[in-house]
Amino acid sequence: MSLRTPLGRVLGLGTAKDGTSHWWAQRVSAVALIFLGSWFAFLLATMPGFSHAEAVAAIGRPLNSILLLLLSVSLGYHSYLGIQVVIEDYVHAPGLKVITLLLARFAHVLLVVVALFAVLKIGLNA
Amino acid sequence: MAEFRLPRNSRIKKGKHFAASNGASNVRRFAVYRYDPDSGDNPRLDTYDVDLDSCGPMILDALIKIKNEIDPTLTFRRSCREGICGSCAMNIDGGNTLACTRAIDSVKGDVRIYPLPHLPIVKDLVGDLTNFYAQYASIKPWLQSRTPPPPDQERLQTKEDQELINEPAACILCACCSTSCPSYWWNSDRYLGPAALLAAYRWLVDSRDDATGERLDELEDPFRLYRCHTIMNCTQTCPKDLNPAQAIVATKKMLAERKY
Repeated sequence: MSLRTPLGRVLGLGTAKDGTSHWWAQRVSAVALIFLGSWFAFLLATMPGFSHAEAVAAIGRPLNSILLLLLSVSLGYHSYLGIQVVIEDYVHAPGLKVITLLLARFAHVLLVVVALFAVLKIGLNA
Repeated sequence: MAEFRLPRNSRIKKGKHFAASNGASNVRRFAVYRYDPDSGDNPRLDTYDVDLDSCGPMILDALIKIKNEIDPTLTFRRSCREGICGSCAMNIDGGNTLACTRAIDSVKGDVRIYPLPHLPIVKDLVGDLTNFYAQYASIKPWLQSRTPPPPDQERLQTKEDQELINEPAACILCACCSTSCPSYWWNSDRYLGPAALLAAYRWLVDSRDDATGERLDELEDPFRLYRCHTIMNCTQTCPKDLNPAQAIVATKKMLAERKY
């Protein structure tokens, strides 16, 4: 219970003067994923087989390596932006909110770095 | 956390039944949400059998008939009974709309009537709109101009300029849209909601207003504006057939345009 005015509550801490770049980044990464995702589906559809040797050979081709690196970064970035919005929507407890946002960010960076490392290791050894 | 289930003391119990008088032939059942905070009881769903032969055609006519002839304790807001005041906004047959412009025979089966969703309830069908009105006030819904008005006439607009604000200015602030928006349910403390954002847009595109930049500054916020995820319940439910979702997208485009 607080006697703060309704208008004071709505105005809160003021505007963050931010959000447009987040909104725009979601859309830019989505457009990138249309191209990279289609290419990835095409790559999977035209694979001769999915044995370890065939997979390593496909990933090791320079164009495939480069596009896979781009796909990993775009997908990780786009996914983080989306998960961040979901957490902000639903998690309101102040401490829990910061912790889940941090965990989501760390998990996404970790996954992307693992993907980059794997592709680079195969690509550079090929 | 977001609330996915009503708190224990808000869950709806079965209520009283009011049968129609003998001899009524054209009877329709109305199931109405009842809540009296003074009693300490849980909300309940009372059912009223209404004789449509002696009742007007709209849902509001039936509610007024119930209050006048069956149960005077029923509480709801109403004023103009022609869709211009926005007082009788409520959730009818699962959707937010105005009781005065919704025909009884447009509903199949029993007519279920609840207050607008996710508002604190004052009594029965009356929700607390304090926060909603404060959000409207926060967008400064008045003309802000640094240009002095012409001394001998009003500020002029072209016909095209006026047409831009015709639709958004027709909003009656009934709160149907904002209370239909899931994003508003979870974050109405920080997200302005479709009604306030439509009102903001009405001033953003007003050719006589000089505060477009300041208005955009005030809106550019991850919660105030960008909690809109384009769910579009607002546009679907608007009893005046307005399009708040489109106004919000246009506002986001203006912000992107000035940044990039």
